[in-house]
Amino acid sequence: MNWTLILPELALALSGLAALVAGVLPRRDTSFAINMAVLGGLLLAGVLVLAQPEGVAFGGQYVSDAFTRFVKLLVVAGAGLGLLVALDWNAKEGLAKFEYPLLLLFSTLGMMVMISANDLIALYMGLELLSLSLYVIAAFNRDSERSAESGLKYFVLGSLASGLLLYGSSLIYGFSGSTNFDRIADAVGAASGAPFGLVIGLVFVLAALAFKVSAVPFHMWTPDVYEGAPTPVTAFFASAPKVAAIALLARVAAGPFGDLVAQWQQVIILASLGSMILGALAAIGQKNIKRLMAYSSIGHVGYALMGLAVGSELGLRGLLLYIAIYLFTNVGAFAVLVAMRRKGRALEGVDDLAGLGKTDPAMALAMTLFMLSMAGIPPLAGFFGKLYVFLAAVQGGYWVLAVVGVLTSAISAYYYLRVIKVMYFDSGDALDPRPTSLSVVLAGTGLFTIFFFLFPAPFLAAAQAAVNALVG
Amino acid sequence: MNTAGFPLLSLLTFLPLVGAAIILFVRGEEAAIASNARWTALWTSLITFGLSLILWFQFDKTTAAFQFVEKLDWMPEFGLGYYMGVDGISVLFVLLSTALTPLCILSSWEAVQNRVREYMVAFLVLETMMVGMFSSLDMVMFYIFFEGVLIPMFLIIGVWGGARRVYAAYKLFLYTLLGSLLMLLAMLVLWYEAGTSSIPALFELHLPPTLQVWLFLAFLASFAVKVPMWPVHTWLPDAHVEAPTAGSVILAGVLLKMGAYGFLRFSLPLLPQATEWFAPLIFALSVIAVVYTSLVALAQEDMKKLIAYSSVAHMGIVTIGIFTLNHQGISGAIFQMLSHGVVSGALFLCVGVLYDRVHSREIARYGGVAKIMPAYAMVFMLFTMGSVALPGTAGFPGEFLVIVGAWHASPWVALGAGLGMILGAAYMLYLYRRVVFSKITREDLKALLDLSPREYVTFAPLVLLTLWMGVYPSSFLSFFEASVAALVTRHEAAMALPRLAGM
Repeated sequence: MNWTLILPELALALSGLAALVAGVLPRRDTSFAINMAVLGGLLLAGVLVLAQPEGVAFGGQYVSDAFTRFVKLLVVAGAGLGLLVALDWNAKEGLAKFEYPLLLLFSTLGMMVMISANDLIALYMGLELLSLSLYVIAAFNRDSERSAESGLKYFVLGSLASGLLLYGSSLIYGFSGSTNFDRIADAVGAASGAPFGLVIGLVFVLAALAFKVSAVPFHMWTPDVYEGAPTPVTAFFASAPKVAAIALLARVAAGPFGDLVAQWQQVIILASLGSMILGALAAIGQKNIKRLMAYSSIGHVGYALMGLAVGSELGLRGLLLYIAIYLFTNVGAFAVLVAMRRKGRALEGVDDLAGLGKTDPAMALAMTLFMLSMAGIPPLAGFFGKLYVFLAAVQGGYWVLAVVGVLTSAISAYYYLRVIKVMYFDSGDALDPRPTSLSVVLAGTGLFTIFFFLFPAPFLAAAQAAVNALVG
Repeated sequence: MNTAGFPLLSLLTFLPLVGAAIILFVRGEEAAIASNARWTALWTSLITFGLSLILWFQFDKTTAAFQFVEKLDWMPEFGLGYYMGVDGISVLFVLLSTALTPLCILSSWEAVQNRVREYMVAFLVLETMMVGMFSSLDMVMFYIFFEGVLIPMFLIIGVWGGARRVYAAYKLFLYTLLGSLLMLLAMLVLWYEAGTSSIPALFELHLPPTLQVWLFLAFLASFAVKVPMWPVHTWLPDAHVEAPTAGSVILAGVLLKMGAYGFLRFSLPLLPQATEWFAPLIFALSVIAVVYTSLVALAQEDMKKLIAYSSVAHMGIVTIGIFTLNHQGISGAIFQMLSHGVVSGALFLCVGVLYDRVHSREIARYGGVAKIMPAYAMVFMLFTMGSVALPGTAGFPGEFLVIVGAWHASPWVALGAGLGMILGAAYMLYLYRRVVFSKITREDLKALLDLSPREYVTFAPLVLLTLWMGVYPSSFLSFFEASVAALVTRHEAAMALPRLAGM
């Protein structure tokens, strides 16, 4: 058995367990040290992912290829940034407990397992490890009613989705005779045609995954959970797990069910259209910036899914690029939200950003970049994400998707502009000085957003390699 | 590498960004920052202008080929490249952009007092985007610069604008964005069809007419908003009225030209059949724009709004000229774009002079200015005449050529364009009479000072240009002679091809 293949996951799990012991045993507060240790663990996992050989392990349960490497690196980066964003916030809110970094670490482990899953059971295990960790950190501020409500809401609805996934998996197992992706692919591609039960099972699985990525019509939990959870938790929710789930959706659809493209394509097209439209329209009226970002993230899922919906290699490449760019701009934007604090009190209103252009020009500039990038204005990174999914849609002749994508981009530009307007055109009091950890995140993601156009080639090459591995 | 021996166009494009970066890193007292920012911006833009003069002297006017070409691979596997170059059509617009920017910076020397640093940075970024757009020979680069203009412009109007600035800034941004995104789709189709995004390579492409129709509509959505053509012109009066003076100058002087330039760069050469097919529609919209907005201009109470509507009318003449598809018409349109860039920019500066002193743009607020500000009245008159297209000023050759060209296309269109000239004289002279002549009715006007040395310096080059373009237009026309001839020849060759099915 080729257990060295799972070295990244192993390293992450072991460092998590070690940190857990280190957190429980000593009497004094070790949360900062554990934060740093978890950061180190994530870094180590990232390095190991880079060095990971390709292959299959555990009787076909686990797969490692260019695709898993691409997504895992994104996930690890997202988790690391998520941890950095939370450092100062947790200290100020009295939430600096050692469980936080650990839960983050275990959710990352879950994501890595599910990305590498080549079997429905492994997929479910990874997804549940991820989800359980997320339920807990959503309610991490347990003295806050909103946080607890958000955790509970996420848990109830998430369990429902897990139930759907399990039911779908059992149907797939029943009609294909295996839980392994390769055997399922054989059953799907059988000369006699795929059994109808398999298609029904697929729809259940897709619904469950659509819930995880918060695509319309399974998006209802998103605004409430995003609003209620502590801001750094929201930042994390909207980045790494979302990216991982989108990648997983792509993997399941394009991998084992690649031959059923005509079936799942209809579902994905509808989800993509719905998400883009809802994301554009529903965000317009939002006063709470976390809710606004929740709807914005629904919209972005729509654009990413457009890449999957066109069902071509070009589309998948667009999807991977889109989620990579989305991850960094999104973490950057949330870093600004985390920094929104006046006289020690955290703020969440769009209007609370008023006057930022004058009181903190650097952060306002960074936020402007993130907002314009999300609106898809060139030459910022977000434009290239949109460019590649639109290109795929145009090449595939999916005019409705392309035109709706264009129209919703223009509509959503309105609310992104509103944030800029509030920062520059209105006046307001200064925010509390921003902590160094956030400045680091802002600088890193800001530079990425503005200078992406100078070096798109390595990203494109990596995404292309990932697609080749996926489609094979 | 190219005739200049060094990457001239890249230098012109990105030098302003260097200036912007320097300004961003200035530290110190508020006043020191402001003064530093002003001087750095001025010198950056002057150096850029000085360098751009190389284009004027070294441009080879005998060929329609792209010159000063720079080519680098950017994403070769997608046929995307960093590709810069100018031909006769674009070279003068690069010069127009580099010439107007220092004047704008000069004109906001005292008018802008808050957030001077950000203001100057925005203008320099704007210059980068404008120059980059006119010298891009790669479709994706073109789009990037075309859209990138919106970012500084949104901020310039929104932060330093008038009372309804937020509304105007949004309107500008969203109108333009929606149009441009449709254009992006069209560009993606072209990119897919050709396998490359290099514009000269696209010229070789022969598209089926039905596809051409759709692409033309998508391009039209973007360029019509930018020109602006009736009925999507409504963002322009708002943007002009609310923008600070220098913002209006750039808006009228350069940004409006982007749409017309887009027609010349994409619609005409790439989509010949569709262009021919849609020409009557464009004529109709343009004639409506000319007549309707001229009448609207007559009724305006606000100086800037009046000039804004006159811009729509003048740009209507430009679109008529472009779609006549003959040599005179297109040459006239390009000349008209240049002269409008100079004259309307100057007119906005004239309004700015009064606004800086009295803080009102209302026509009724003024009267009898000639008695207290004779030099100003003189300058204002020259530009008014330029806008009216008096022979001997910049406005005349362009409008004349367009009308000649339009006569070939259809006498009715020529009539519409001619009507525009008559109405133009009416509203401009009416404006001039009300502001500059008649009795002084307000006491406070008597204390106004005539042009300051700084304002003389600002106006002098524009006065010179207006007269030069009017008296000896050949020195400008000769630049685009060959390119326009090539454009017309290519169009006729494309139309002579056997008709494909579907149209």
